[in-house]
Amino acid sequence: MAEVIWGLATSHVPSIGAAMDRGKTDDPAWKALFDGYAPARAWLAEHRPDVAVLVYNDHANGIDLDFVPTFGLGTAERYEVADEGFGRRPVPDVLGHPEFSFHLVESLVDEGFDLTVFQELAVDHGFTVPMSVWTPDPGDAWPCPVIPLLVNVIQYPQPTAARCYALGQALGRAIRSFPGDLTVGVLGTGGMSHQLAGTRAGFINPDFDAMWMEAVEKDPARLAALSREELIRQAGSEGIELIMWLVMRGAMDEQVTRVHSDYFVPASNTAAGIALFDNRTPTG
Amino acid sequence: MSTPTGAGRLDLPGTPVFDGDTSRRGFRMNKLFMSLRDAAARERFLADEAAYCREFGLTAEQEKAVLARDWQAMIDLGGSIFYVYKLAMMDGRSMQYLGGVFTGMGEDDFLAAMRAGGRRDG
Ligand SMILES: [Fe+2]
Repeated sequence: MAEVIWGLATSHVPSIGAAMDRGKTDDPAWKALFDGYAPARAWLAEHRPDVAVLVYNDHANGIDLDFVPTFGLGTAERYEVADEGFGRRPVPDVLGHPEFSFHLVESLVDEGFDLTVFQELAVDHGFTVPMSVWTPDPGDAWPCPVIPLLVNVIQYPQPTAARCYALGQALGRAIRSFPGDLTVGVLGTGGMSHQLAGTRAGFINPDFDAMWMEAVEKDPARLAALSREELIRQAGSEGIELIMWLVMRGAMDEQVTRVHSDYFVPASNTAAGIALFDNRTPTG
Repeated sequence: MSTPTGAGRLDLPGTPVFDGDTSRRGFRMNKLFMSLRDAAARERFLADEAAYCREFGLTAEQEKAVLARDWQAMIDLGGSIFYVYKLAMMDGRSMQYLGGVFTGMGEDDFLAAMRAGGRRDG
């Protein structure tokens, strides 16, 4: 049976990737953010899974407004890195794991989560930035195959926080029911509080973010109870992306061990957060 | 509490919500923005912006907003910020620049507010 060994929550702001690609991680505007990643990166380098599932949203790069799947899952062998209009990021394409993907799709559909299936998908910064947060220097290849799980957070109505959490719980069961022995990492991306448009642009809510950071570990059901309106009010119109953290959290056990977390303002117009959880049963 | 209309629109001050009505209104224009990821498309757009807008079937108002780089109007006319941003990027404009426009603060003050920890309600 496959086992979720860790969960990583991280913002996926494009400028975080750009700062890395342009060698600006020691600049005063960025240093504290990247210093805050270091302990998580060191731990993750020691705990390489066999496969990972990365929960993210596309930003007008891999998919259009022609089709807006509420939830989608990639089943490809390879995911190309998208050119978002300023050249593709200098990072490797992503290898998938079709066999594991199809197992997840089948198991999730059987549980009533009717995901859209992507046999081809170019992944944008929503995907590649979290990969870089995890693995800053991938060389020719990322540490393991990674499966994209897409969530619509751009167009109202986004799925509810409760549905995202329930999807995560079903994802956890799907992972555990895989017949092969695999270790799995799960990434939930996006957030934290931010708003890009409107007279409220630039909105950041550190109190809400701190509450979220604490509750995502200890009381995710409390977060799953938040309405769409409450999320947009408290975290900003784009801060609603945080619902994707709940998919990751749902796939983990009730009790997890926090390895590391950090919070930084601003990454462009966004509050950036990172939280890493160990899902293995504590020994001793 | 919000008063839902047909599409369940939320009513939060200063907060555009990209709902079904908005997406339907902005569909052609957002498609145009998405096309600008491609260098050849950008070249064609820049060679004759009005013709490119007509090719994508923008309304006269949307075309005017695009040609004038009226970012607020693009949002009001159904633009999604992630799509509108493609045009801004083509122009070498940052998200902080757009933040300066949407808030009326200007880019420098907006950037300073972000560096100071971001903006708050009220
Ligand atoms: Fe995003």
